[in-house]
Amino acid sequence: MSAATAPVETRRARAADLLGSATQRNAWILGLLGFLALLLVFTKLIQPRYGVTGVQGLAISVLPLALAAAAQAVVVISGGIDLSIGSMMALINVVAAVLMKGQSEEFGVAVVLGTLLLGLVLGAVNGSLVVLTRVPDIVVTLAMSFVWAGCALLVLPTPGGGSAKWLTALVTGSLGNEWIPKAAVVLVIIVALVWIPVRRSRQGLSIYAIGSNRLAALRSGVSVGRSRILAYVLTGLFAAFAGLSLTASTGIGTPVPGPYSLMSVAAVVLGGVSLAGGLGGVFGPIVAVVILQLIRTDMTFLNVNTNLATVVQGLILIGVVMVGSLIQIRRARS
Amino acid sequence: MTLTTTDLLLEATGISKTYGAVVALKSASLAVRPGEVHALMGANGAGKSTLVKILTGAVRPDGGTIAVRGRQRTAHSPAEARRGGLVSVYQEPALIPDLDIHSNLRLTETPLEPFRHWLHELGLADLDLSSMARRVPLASLRIIDLARALAIEPDVLMLDEMTAALPANLTERVLEVVGRQRGSHRSVIFISHRMIEIAAFCDRATVLREGETVGVVDVTEGSEERIVELMLGQIVEDMPAVAARTAAAAGTAGAKPRLTARGLSAGTKLHEVSFDLYPGEVLGVVALEGQGQDELFDILSGSERPSSGELLVDGSPVSFHHPADAIRAGLVYVAADRAEALLMQRSVRENIALPFSTRIGQWGLIDLAGERRTVDAAVATLQIDARAGGEVRRLSGGNQQKVTIARWVAGGVHTMLCFDPTRGIDIRTKHQIYLLLRDLAEAGAAVLLYTSELKEVQLVCDRAIVIFGGSVVAEIGVADADEPALLRAAYNLRSDAKMPEQIVAEAAAAEALAEGPADPTAPQPTEPEGDR
Repeated sequence: MSAATAPVETRRARAADLLGSATQRNAWILGLLGFLALLLVFTKLIQPRYGVTGVQGLAISVLPLALAAAAQAVVVISGGIDLSIGSMMALINVVAAVLMKGQSEEFGVAVVLGTLLLGLVLGAVNGSLVVLTRVPDIVVTLAMSFVWAGCALLVLPTPGGGSAKWLTALVTGSLGNEWIPKAAVVLVIIVALVWIPVRRSRQGLSIYAIGSNRLAALRSGVSVGRSRILAYVLTGLFAAFAGLSLTASTGIGTPVPGPYSLMSVAAVVLGGVSLAGGLGGVFGPIVAVVILQLIRTDMTFLNVNTNLATVVQGLILIGVVMVGSLIQIRRARS
Repeated sequence: MTLTTTDLLLEATGISKTYGAVVALKSASLAVRPGEVHALMGANGAGKSTLVKILTGAVRPDGGTIAVRGRQRTAHSPAEARRGGLVSVYQEPALIPDLDIHSNLRLTETPLEPFRHWLHELGLADLDLSSMARRVPLASLRIIDLARALAIEPDVLMLDEMTAALPANLTERVLEVVGRQRGSHRSVIFISHRMIEIAAFCDRATVLREGETVGVVDVTEGSEERIVELMLGQIVEDMPAVAARTAAAAGTAGAKPRLTARGLSAGTKLHEVSFDLYPGEVLGVVALEGQGQDELFDILSGSERPSSGELLVDGSPVSFHHPADAIRAGLVYVAADRAEALLMQRSVRENIALPFSTRIGQWGLIDLAGERRTVDAAVATLQIDARAGGEVRRLSGGNQQKVTIARWVAGGVHTMLCFDPTRGIDIRTKHQIYLLLRDLAEAGAAVLLYTSELKEVQLVCDRAIVIFGGSVVAEIGVADADEPALLRAAYNLRSDAKMPEQIVAEAAAAEALAEGPADPTAPQPTEPEGDR
């Protein structure tokens, strides 16, 4: 009897342990989700008509920045940074729009696959330059942001081009239940398809390892250069998805980069990824993007001057990160 | 009580501190008389470093009182403690690497003349103050840190593991200078894992165990036993067990060497180093600081490439371009500095899994269940206390070091390269590591062990090679590898070199006779190369 129950009990204890450590590890994300819930309630209070259309609009407007934040998160976890995400998005956006204009729907599929491949190449170029030239990543990617932005203008000097109908349909409307916007489903699928296999693989562990302690990773046999390049390649892939989401949601190509590079850094910080590397995931930054977007929406509802809204958004960013850090410090002490 | 309190230079009573669920200090007390060298002893995790941090103002206590010269005082920052007359010197020098020494001194408002005086006393008179701290060797930085502390004439000078990994010649200088503080109105709090230093230089010792002061011992002849007893509680019988194994494992000659170095050289640091490492043995490497042992281990672990020479693993020549190559050839490296080896914010599981999961294949998914089994087995083998395993930085130093070893044990050990693996960790964990190294050797692994603690050689190794000035100058069997013999060899046969013990004896004699002529019974000039 006792021999049979003992393993069950240890398993139960282990499960409780795992649950406990899981909550602890994801405390930041849980806090963000709580904050998001409060914001939704607040939104409903100030704008009682906020409902299905609001949620759908939120999902579409969030999509590009959410994917950009995921892109930034990967490279920041590896201990780097990529300031060319916005420019890569613009380049992918215009390439896709130019190629798809006036072409068949089937050709659109080939364009999507081709531009995703282009994203991998852009990321590989960024990563290889950072590793091979030994110039600091912030400098390399800032310089490359001009290069990619210039390329985007060479491809398409003024906004134009088009999008395949299926691509636009992919992110508009809802799936089954009207409360489930397609854009949100697409976001979840992309992140699940790219990030979960990486997180479970040895290469994923290597990316965390080089972000946490590069020397220790090297001494453990991790190929540091290759893992850094891989992180940039993944960032390029997410940036390509983000760029395609711009094509899909706007229906055209816009050669001038949006403020995505720096906004993604803000989202990453708010999302619980340490800028020193080695900590966090992609889920937190995506939740952070939703929060940032919802705050903007609320300020529109409250008729706050848009310039003032930007100021408030910045202050909220500092405030949330500060409060979160204080809570963590306090918990570590008590 | 009030009467004695005023006699004391520093008195801390009932100090307590908890971090979350972890009780670092339950009730610690420390009373330092003026003019004494007072040892603070305790195994790692006993609360020693927490008490030090509280005394120096780096951490605030939950409860208890601190009085300096009978006056209540709580320092809120190290700067405040410093102004209150309490200065500490740590194992890791507190100098800004990108400033020159002169600027570093200005930063702490250190008076220059006394600093030069103490530097001279400590045997570092020819130091160029305009050199960058980054370019000064670590041992010299420790001395500079000490001179800087002495220059501001603190009431209480706290030396925390100051002599750990300091070469023997500098250690004796430091101890001599520190010993001279005795008898003045100033005091020294001395923290060290080296019992011989405690015995030689301290007047009294306060012993901590599990967050409590368990005893204050007057340091006299034979009091080491008492101190060790207090520190350990019950377990003291590990030592002979290790020694017995050593005797049993001796005699692996005739086998095929696991690792062979043939004329390894690296720049000016390493010249023509050759040795064989056999399976089933622990080969000790003994050297004073900076004799080329760092370069040797860097080459063997694949971090550096030799400028000439050959390396053979199981008889076939190898060439490492990356640590991964060495790991693939079975050569794994355990560093002294845990910060160089661990992913501090990541979990115990990930830290242990990192090398063996990245080694097997590069792209496949991790087999989580298999990985957990391997990690659990390694954690059990090394008896790691992984309750705070979510983040490795929350573990104690000893447990962290066990994690760095466990990651290699988990994958099966072929050849282990240990560079001072027991630096700055407590006796209990040291013993566990000794036993583990012996177990690994018994199971057929080959172990190369560099150690700055000479007594480890006889405890763990089967034989030892001695490196001096980048060359192997001696090979000594375990039977002859006592501390004086090793130290003499480490000094490369300088028969007139004084051993720290002799300096100790001389100092004691000089103190007793006021002016005793130091006459060490001239040590026999040994010829270690004769028995090849």
